[in-house]
Amino acid sequence: MNSIFSGTRLRDMIRSIRACKTAAEERGVVRKECADIRASINENDPHDRHRNLAKLMFIHMLGYPTHFGQMECLKLIASPGFPEKRIGYLGLMLLLDERQEVLMLVTNSLKQDLNHTNQYVVGLALCALGNICSAEMARDLAPEVERLIQFRDPNIRKKAALCSTRIVRKVPDLAENFINAASSLLKEKHHGVLITGVQLCYELCTINDEALEYFRKKCTEGLIKTLKDITNSAYQPEYDVAGITDPFLHIRLLKLLRVLGHGDADASDLMTDILAQVATKTESNKNAGNAVLYECVETIMAIEDTSSLRVLAINILGRFLSNRDNNIRYVALNMLMKAIAFDDQAVQRHRVTILECVKDPDASIRKRALELVSLLVNENNVKQLTKELIDYLEISDEDFKEDLSAKICSIVEKFSLEKIWYIDQMLKVLSEAGKFVKDDVWHALIVVISNASELHGYTVRALYKAVLTYSEQETLVRVAIWCIGEYGDLLVNNVGMLGIEDPITVTESDAVDVVEDAITRHNSDMTTKAMALVALLKLSSRFPSISERIKDTIVKQKGSLLLEMQQRAIEFNSIVDRHKNIRSSLVERMPVLDEATFNVRRAGSLPASVSTMAKPSVSIPNGVAAAPLVDLLDLGSDDIMAAPSSSGADFLQDLLGVDLGSSSVQSGATPGPKAGADLLMDILSIGTPSPAQNNTSSVDLLSTAGINNNPSNALDTLSSPALPHIATTASAGGMFDLLDGLTPSPSKEATNGPAYPPIVAYESSTLKIEFTFSKSSGNPQETNVQATFINLSPNTFTYFIFQAAVPKFLQLHLDPASSNTLPASGNITQNLRVTNSQHGKKSLVMRMRIGYKVNGKDVLEEGQINNFPRGL
Amino acid sequence: MGIRFILMVNKQGQTRLAQYYEWLTLEERRALEGEIVRKCLARNDQQIRFELMFEFLCSYAGVLAGWLALNEQCSFVEHRNYKIVYRRYASLFFMVGVDDDENELAILEFIHLLVETMDKHFGNVCELDIMFHLEKAHFMLEEMVMNGCIVETSKANILSPIQLMDKAH
Repeated sequence: MNSIFSGTRLRDMIRSIRACKTAAEERGVVRKECADIRASINENDPHDRHRNLAKLMFIHMLGYPTHFGQMECLKLIASPGFPEKRIGYLGLMLLLDERQEVLMLVTNSLKQDLNHTNQYVVGLALCALGNICSAEMARDLAPEVERLIQFRDPNIRKKAALCSTRIVRKVPDLAENFINAASSLLKEKHHGVLITGVQLCYELCTINDEALEYFRKKCTEGLIKTLKDITNSAYQPEYDVAGITDPFLHIRLLKLLRVLGHGDADASDLMTDILAQVATKTESNKNAGNAVLYECVETIMAIEDTSSLRVLAINILGRFLSNRDNNIRYVALNMLMKAIAFDDQAVQRHRVTILECVKDPDASIRKRALELVSLLVNENNVKQLTKELIDYLEISDEDFKEDLSAKICSIVEKFSLEKIWYIDQMLKVLSEAGKFVKDDVWHALIVVISNASELHGYTVRALYKAVLTYSEQETLVRVAIWCIGEYGDLLVNNVGMLGIEDPITVTESDAVDVVEDAITRHNSDMTTKAMALVALLKLSSRFPSISERIKDTIVKQKGSLLLEMQQRAIEFNSIVDRHKNIRSSLVERMPVLDEATFNVRRAGSLPASVSTMAKPSVSIPNGVAAAPLVDLLDLGSDDIMAAPSSSGADFLQDLLGVDLGSSSVQSGATPGPKAGADLLMDILSIGTPSPAQNNTSSVDLLSTAGINNNPSNALDTLSSPALPHIATTASAGGMFDLLDGLTPSPSKEATNGPAYPPIVAYESSTLKIEFTFSKSSGNPQETNVQATFINLSPNTFTYFIFQAAVPKFLQLHLDPASSNTLPASGNITQNLRVTNSQHGKKSLVMRMRIGYKVNGKDVLEEGQINNFPRGL
Repeated sequence: MGIRFILMVNKQGQTRLAQYYEWLTLEERRALEGEIVRKCLARNDQQIRFELMFEFLCSYAGVLAGWLALNEQCSFVEHRNYKIVYRRYASLFFMVGVDDDENELAILEFIHLLVETMDKHFGNVCELDIMFHLEKAHFMLEEMVMNGCIVETSKANILSPIQLMDKAH
């Protein structure tokens, strides 16, 4: 018998594993041991089982697969001896989980052991059941456990109580059976039974409202008395921790009282005294006391309003916050976040201390404090708090800058009081932590700058000064070169000086130096280089005196290894070279970007942009799409303005606008966009206005976004899911708008008798269907319905299929849909022809079913359409 | 359910005991343990550097620097959706992963209780005791925590079934 427990070979194995110098060596030892264990399992010698399992547990702990030992656990559990059972159950809990089918085999053994005459065997079975039982086992074995809650030995009662918490969590229906047993446990004196009984009650209260009411009525007073007894009890060496009797039980009781008091004024009233007593009498110089105080504060804040208690609670938190122990400060910050909900003023009083915590050397404290500060910000203190945070940004650790700058940006954006303040703060953040700033933040900054016309001069000068010092901050450089490109003339002529500025002397070549520096620096990324190139083109017109030098720089980029850069360099060079007469109008300032539209787009695309950020590699084509486009758009901005569909608000929208325009030329659609597209193409394919060339140039433009496809299916490509970076950029909304604007064919409606208003046939959170109607000339019974399916979700739907059914008096004909793939925020159309044999008597009605796949899952939506216009 | 897992890890970052109260696959467990251990050990290194610097300061500025409070790093780390409460005893780290709404200070107290219980049984418990008596360590844990909840807080009650078994052999 004792050879099993002190089995030398287990020790040997551990020793040889410990002796391993490398991971590979360890793997070798483990592989050999596993082979031995398998062989031993096959021999089926009951004497080796115990040792095999002990080894397997060790191997499992090291993180190697041990599934081949699962059956051994079951054999050990079924054996009669206690030591075998014990290790068998331990193995069961460690090596198996509730989802494995092997577990079903153990139910019977468990049932036998729960009824065993030896109470230690019963204890083992309860413990195993409490840790791993599945819903089915819970149903099978609940009666046994229920009976064991009343067992004579307290050690069994406490285990049965915790086992019940698992059972009711797995099968909430069983909760009712345990309510009475649980309430009887609350009267126990044995601490183990009491603490587990309280936990069972807590569990029952959270899953069952009846139980909550029952305990609130019957047990609140008893619990308060128990807590009182424990708080006032004499010294009990067995449970005493630093002068407090069983802090764990204290905490569990307070937790249960919290649930009972929450939302119930009477119960809350009953517990006021004891809570006040705990809050004032508990010693706070040891961790155990503070743990109890912490729990007490949480309970006070959760129960119904008793303002004097809350003052007490806030004072305790204040004391915690000024404690030297970082653990205490951490929980104080944690609690203050909850306290802010009901007493903002009290928390504001600790603002200075909290700000100090943001600067703590401990990362956990900093993180909590930063969260708390962002909740504390309001209109009155935003300036001061931002200043503090930005000052700290200068000296903070590198790895904290990302979190900190993101928080500052969100605070500044949320409370942008005046534009000049916003711009100033953002410049500071960009200067200190530019490489951590997310794309949407500096995009937003550019939009704000472009809107603040009176600050253009000030901003460009401030940026110029900043970029000289902080040239390594990528996003700062981007914003600076964009501004220099746009407002370079304001920079050199000191136009629009504000009172607060010192005049600076910047020559034209100084300004160009900055841009050149950005384009030639080896570590500038693609987006920055592309933006710099565009800025150079603009400056060539703003600064005619040094346009030769600028031209040289552009020409150098013809040799760039990046295709995009090469291509733009050639195009820009030809603009500078051959089209001097139109150049100045080509590179005019960007039209003011519409803030409202931008914000809506940004908000709409937020989840999508997060996913883009997760993969930095994808962001390169993204950035390219955004940056050069600014100016492609600008080149033709006047003309695009004429086109009804694009407002020039979003960079990418205009890429799409161009693309859409060109494809609609091919499909011969409405004349509006065509004109716009033609003009744009003229500009782009400078001096080569033949239609064939038009197509290629539009493809060129598309290649900006990484599409190298036949022009005829350009639109398809754009809306296909194969281009995640398009779908995920800020302009997903833009695409939707554009396509939406085109789909209803106004020409048809105009030619056909009475017009019927379009209807929204169906709308769910992910999908919207619109119907537009037109009558076939000659046959009043026949209606042409164009269905437009609009994807409202950020995911692409594939295998999209629309089915419809109509009553007998109707006949339905479905044309094929324009596509079976519905991109995020995109749409597809399908034509239906309905013939109404009861025309004039009955109106249309239709049942429909839509099926599609999203993220690999099949989705089915159904609905009935009753809101057809009358008279169809 | 409060406690989600309990880990004991040595200074080299090797796991010496792992008990999970929710199911994770082998790969998930390995990854999680690796991340947590790296995070906690890095914080500890920082702490040691800080202490060394502090001693250095004391040796130079003497009493004056002694005024500075030695600010220990806090024992809580947030990781994924867990909060890790950890404490170092000699060469062994005890790490307990809990839900967000668990009382962190109480868990710290629980770790201390666990160590005291093991001390009482093994007599000044060390890494090797746990390695070579892994099953016993698990039995003790079983008596203290079940399904993520605390069962018993009295050391005598925890140890009595284990001592009973030892006598039987």
